[in-house]
Amino acid sequence: MTATLRHTGYVLGENPVTAFAFTLFFLFVLCAALGPALAPYDPLASDTAKALTGPSPAHWFGTDQLGRDIFTRIVVATRLDLGIAITAVSLAFGIGALAGLAAGYYGGWIDRIVGRAVDTIMAFPLFVLAMGIVAELGNSVANIVYATAIINLPIYARLARAEANVRRRAGFVEAARLCGNSEARIVFGQLLPNILPLMMVQVSLTLGFAILNAAGLSFIGLGVRPPTAEWGIMVAEGASFIVSGEWWVAFFPGVVLMAAVFCFNLMGDGLRDIVDPLRRT
Amino acid sequence: MIGDSNTVPLLAVEDLGIEFRTRSGTVRAVDGIGFELCRGKTMALVGESGSGKSVTAYAIMGILDAAARITSGQIAFGGLALLQAGEKAIAEIRGRELAIIFQNPRTALNPIRPVGKQIADVLLRHGNVTAAQAPGRAIEMLAKVRIPDPERRARSYPLELSGGMCQRVMIAMALACAPQLLIADEPTTGLDITTQAVIMDLIAELTASQNMATLLITHDLGLASEYCDHIAVMHAGHIVETAPMEALFATPHHPYTAKLIAATPGGAPSLDALVAIPGALPDLRRADLPPCRYSERCERAAPDCFDRPLPRRSVGDDRRVACHFPL
Amino acid sequence: MTSDRPLLAVDGLRKLYPVGKHRIWGRGAASSLLHAVDGVSFTIGRGETVGLVGESGCGKSTLVRLIARLLDASDGSICFDGLEIGKIPARHFGLAPPRAQIQMVFQDATDSLNPRFTAFRAIADPLLRLRRLSGTALRARVEEVARLTGLQSELLSRFPHQLSGGQKARVGIARAIAVEPRLLILDEPTSALDVSVQVVILRLLQDLKRQLDLSYLFVSHDLNVVRLLCNRILVMYLGHIVESGPADRVFAAPAHPYTQALLSAVPKPGFAGGRSTRIGLPGEPRSPIDPAPHICPLYGRCGRGTEKCMVDMPALRAIAAGQFAACHYPITDPAAEPQPLAAVA
Repeated sequence: MTATLRHTGYVLGENPVTAFAFTLFFLFVLCAALGPALAPYDPLASDTAKALTGPSPAHWFGTDQLGRDIFTRIVVATRLDLGIAITAVSLAFGIGALAGLAAGYYGGWIDRIVGRAVDTIMAFPLFVLAMGIVAELGNSVANIVYATAIINLPIYARLARAEANVRRRAGFVEAARLCGNSEARIVFGQLLPNILPLMMVQVSLTLGFAILNAAGLSFIGLGVRPPTAEWGIMVAEGASFIVSGEWWVAFFPGVVLMAAVFCFNLMGDGLRDIVDPLRRT
Repeated sequence: MIGDSNTVPLLAVEDLGIEFRTRSGTVRAVDGIGFELCRGKTMALVGESGSGKSVTAYAIMGILDAAARITSGQIAFGGLALLQAGEKAIAEIRGRELAIIFQNPRTALNPIRPVGKQIADVLLRHGNVTAAQAPGRAIEMLAKVRIPDPERRARSYPLELSGGMCQRVMIAMALACAPQLLIADEPTTGLDITTQAVIMDLIAELTASQNMATLLITHDLGLASEYCDHIAVMHAGHIVETAPMEALFATPHHPYTAKLIAATPGGAPSLDALVAIPGALPDLRRADLPPCRYSERCERAAPDCFDRPLPRRSVGDDRRVACHFPL
Repeated sequence: MTSDRPLLAVDGLRKLYPVGKHRIWGRGAASSLLHAVDGVSFTIGRGETVGLVGESGCGKSTLVRLIARLLDASDGSICFDGLEIGKIPARHFGLAPPRAQIQMVFQDATDSLNPRFTAFRAIADPLLRLRRLSGTALRARVEEVARLTGLQSELLSRFPHQLSGGQKARVGIARAIAVEPRLLILDEPTSALDVSVQVVILRLLQDLKRQLDLSYLFVSHDLNVVRLLCNRILVMYLGHIVESGPADRVFAAPAHPYTQALLSAVPKPGFAGGRSTRIGLPGEPRSPIDPAPHICPLYGRCGRGTEKCMVDMPALRAIAAGQFAACHYPITDPAAEPQPLAAVA
């Protein structure tokens, strides 16, 4: 364990970009965890007298059309957005990786079924599919999570399947059989740790997609409904005010959204370096 | 311009030094090596992994990795100074006067091109044949390396051929333009014993018939004995000894040579007669490497070995040894 | 008092693979069968080192996996210490008691070690699964085995890519002997190693055999190494054993033409004359798919073949004390000229 921590420290120290990304991620998580406690105002409290005031010492990011403090809403929305993204990606990764592993290792009918399911999902433009799922099942956070998970499943399944296919013939798999490992133990205990590093990069990229997906769905009116604070809705609502000069309503949520996606993408390499023992010298 | 006499060396390497820049430091892969090779002669560069033999071969061919840097020395090929010649000049002679066969033939061939076309490519680039003549000449080459049914085989892909056949194709590509120097880099690794014998016999026969000079890179002393007139033993980037084959085995002069021979199963009567070589290869990234890189493993090492520069003395007939206290 | 019963007795072992087109619907029988192992019988006694030599395609990898019970045989019996282990399906063998008795060291140590496992975890794997050790008992046993194989304990926390070739080979050996097997199958354990490391590993194997009372099945293409390490050798060709006998005798006086050709192809250090005494085998090996059961596998490449070799498959016959060859015209005097070819297919 200490070796892992030491290696983590080494990875972070070696690459300042990775360190920056991890720090940013930590900040986001802090926001999500502490959420309302950090917010100076009530996110839902509207004060029409103060509507559409620009950034000021009282309201760092200004107020929106209902007089709500934008900074507060952004901080509170972190929990929702991050929660959606992490849950969706966990589901996609968990189910996709397992299905892909089984398909790649055992072949046969498992491979055929998983393959067809993945092909079906990938036949659709993914965002349209997400829209369709949410429109069908109804606008709720849970449905956004399911939709996002489904459209991201194929990537994990394909990756896991390809890796398992290559490695199942490896010498250490045979050696594991000689040691008395059952097939299931080989798949989960021996193969899965080997494909994790590659998955880590994918996880971080998918986190970015998931947030964009949730924001996109909310932007077009599916998914999270007002007055809930969510970065996508905030950008959507603020879009109509850009032309009239109140740029801050859309700008700040947009920047934070971008920063989150950016941070996840940068984390990918760092995560892989931490998880992959081949990186250890 | 290219030498055509059997007494003037075709290839003369002098004081060659090669370094690699890596993440963990600069690897001094080759340091001050030199040897000569005449037409019609075969020489083996023998050494264990990490001895620098493949790197030397690649330097002669001009196909070193981008991270490599040549720090010193000269390579003269028939009057042309290879290290100073431009990339264009080297590309002209590479494939025509100078050819190489790699180990692992299946990966050295292009997997998505039929083998006949690959040979024709070499002929078209270097061989003064027209596009119409090339396929026919390619089939001739396949027949020359004794591939049965060459017209049909010319259309095969490397995947459809056995390891031995792929190696024959590589030999055909290498010899297509009748080069003066053939470098064979571990050409039989991964091949069966009987296939190895056939391939090596083929190379020997073809190089003799065309009066080529052959440089064989190998870790196998037995292979070197059977096919080479001269053997140069390498250790950690140095050539420690050069000698005619029989003389090397009869009286090795360098302690490492003696140990290497004693560790080779082929000559030993029993397992107990095999002797392990003490110590390990020095880390070539070190800045404080002693002048003799074997000295830290050598039982005969004396203070001189760590201080004085490495001597390269001639001892008798056509022999050189790099040791202060040769055997 | 040990009994005379051999440790391993293999009889009539065959492994056939279906090749060729299958029909999609219904049960179509495959049109052809590849005979990877075609009627192999031999024994390994207690404390013996038996060498298995042969070139690619001869079936030695398949044979070895059949004996290690990673594959199921199509026919024949495998008897280990009196127990008919061929009857236990490969997928259940991991739970069977004899699993720990037969272990294997693989050719490519890099490939046979899980890149995500430390050396300690790799060696502990069989102990966890087959001996159910844990905690301090596990640690103690792993360290003991590491010591036996000359692996320093600080190397145990390293990953395979942080170990040298020789160290990885030791990890592979340590893992194989951790559960105290009786039969160790060594599949080219030193072919990927430098000469200097090879000596050390071979010595180690020799010492371990004495210390732990092991029997070895040593598979190698390097005849020089086989000669040094093995008491008896088996020569395989196209799924058949064509010669067997004491290693010294077979090397000095091979009886089967294939063995003779194989030995003549081995280069000897310091000796330049190999080419002139080379006995070649022209042509390519016969196809292992649906081989005619009455034609000798070497027919067509053998310089001594006659019509008899085409109609009557030679069986392993005794040539001299303990030496057997499957040939109608064995070479009883290696200096004699081969008989002229009477008929070639």
